[in-house]
Amino acid sequence: MTTDTRVPMVRAEDVRKSFGHLEVLRGINLEVHRGEVMTLLGPSGSGKTTFIRLINHLETISAGRLTVDGQLVGYREHQGRLHELRESEVAGMRAEIGMVFQRFNLFPHMTALQNIMAAPIGVRREPKSVVRERALRLLERVGMSDKSGAYPGALSGGQQQRVAIARALAMEPKLMLFDEPTSALDPELVGEVLDVMKDLARSGMTMIVVTHEMGFAKEVADSVVFMDNGVVVEAGPPDAVLVDPQHQRTRDFLSKVL
Amino acid sequence: MRPATAPGEQAVAPAPGAHAQPVVKLRHPIRWASYVVIAVLAAMFINTLLTNPNFGWDVVGEYFTSVRILDGLLKTLQLTAIAMVLGIVLGVGLAVMRLSSNPAVSGVSWLYIWFFRGTPIFVQLLFWGYISALYPVLSLGVPFGPSFVEFDTNVLITPVMAAILGLGLNEGAYMAEIVRAGILSVDKGQTEAAQALGMKRGRILRQIVLPQAMRVIIPPTGNNTISMLKTTSLVSVLAFPELLYAAQLIYSDNFETIPLLITASIWYIIVTSVLTVGQYYIERHYSRSERLAGAGVLSRLAELQRRRGIKVDTEGEGR
Repeated sequence: MTTDTRVPMVRAEDVRKSFGHLEVLRGINLEVHRGEVMTLLGPSGSGKTTFIRLINHLETISAGRLTVDGQLVGYREHQGRLHELRESEVAGMRAEIGMVFQRFNLFPHMTALQNIMAAPIGVRREPKSVVRERALRLLERVGMSDKSGAYPGALSGGQQQRVAIARALAMEPKLMLFDEPTSALDPELVGEVLDVMKDLARSGMTMIVVTHEMGFAKEVADSVVFMDNGVVVEAGPPDAVLVDPQHQRTRDFLSKVL
Repeated sequence: MRPATAPGEQAVAPAPGAHAQPVVKLRHPIRWASYVVIAVLAAMFINTLLTNPNFGWDVVGEYFTSVRILDGLLKTLQLTAIAMVLGIVLGVGLAVMRLSSNPAVSGVSWLYIWFFRGTPIFVQLLFWGYISALYPVLSLGVPFGPSFVEFDTNVLITPVMAAILGLGLNEGAYMAEIVRAGILSVDKGQTEAAQALGMKRGRILRQIVLPQAMRVIIPPTGNNTISMLKTTSLVSVLAFPELLYAAQLIYSDNFETIPLLITASIWYIIVTSVLTVGQYYIERHYSRSERLAGAGVLSRLAELQRRRGIKVDTEGEGR
């Protein structure tokens, strides 16, 4: 593991991804530094979700180089060749990257607390009492202390998503990926999830967030990336990209979303 | 809103917006005719049951709780249970193999299911019964090399073993399809969420996918258990004294064929009825979506586990 702070947390060089003949990512170049919050914007089908799914190897990369914390994702480089990683190695990498999904994907047969405790106990083999304490702290942090024994089915969407964030944080990740975390929520529940995410961003977590929440982007993002049709159209600080976009496509998109 | 009728007046349910006029109900002449026909047929049936001496109800009564019949019943129940357990274990294994990304492994599973579902269970049972004609000696050793231990097939594959293998291996093929459907019914997002947390395939299957697949797996498994109970009667060809063969042994002595077949049938229907009631309750549990309020069996199991967990780490905050 690298701890060199100059190495970017995520670095994408000419990253490409095809599904059959359809090329959804056509050469992405990005860098996310430690402690930085990046938001990815773009119309549906622009490839933003595919891109963050590549970062924890839920999709395999078709071409290009993608590194997390200096380590190549899904491959090991040896004597000029790329060797596919074994399942256990991939799992080990994923354990250090948290992911929050659009549809929450909480385990419905486990309580909120069990959802959070499952991976630290099962994957990191930590003692139950330690995990339990951390899980309860995390539930408090996301404002769900009183629901530790509730099953996901008994929780609102916003509550489920907050538990899902706590579940990801329980693995003490070095990077958090958010795939449209508020898109499946009723409008009045969006705020409570964004509040948790803003709090997380201010605590120094490195985050990549696919979202249409411009307020969130303006308030806490260090950089905003606008993607369209598998390429990065425009990237920069939120004041630049959101307030004074240079490209017509970005302007068109923003005028529809805002 | 109060009905606009004076107190004491009969409230005739008026159609909404209509005046309270007398209603002539639709007559159902065909329904009445069917009652009459069925009543006559039922009377004829009961009459023949009571008056035809060939039913031999006294013989049925005599043998209904005889030791040989009850012993056969017990063997039928045991055989059903063992064959189902074997079938379920095999089925889970085959389903996982079938969904494997390794084409050789999934191919083997496909072949197994294809073969065991493609040939009649009766023929399979006969094969197991006559296995010694195919392989008189079974041996353990190096493939194509020397063998370490050898068994006489007739000693190893007794009628009980033939029955268990025949029924269990066949059931495995059907259970594999049930379990596979159950696994495929679980949302892909569940696997992805578990992968994203760093879980590996085996753990995801055991801890995340299979518990959720149970809702889909349990009801047809109940059906198959009921079906298995009756299928065990085929084992009579292997001279294994289960319920039907026990009855056959008796009537080959006393020639009371019909009464003994009736005796066996009554027992079968009693047990299947009990199983059907049990299945009803199990299905009711699982059809109630456990996503709602977590009242399902699995959630309760999880709750029990959670309590047990708290008992273990005693510093738990006593929820």
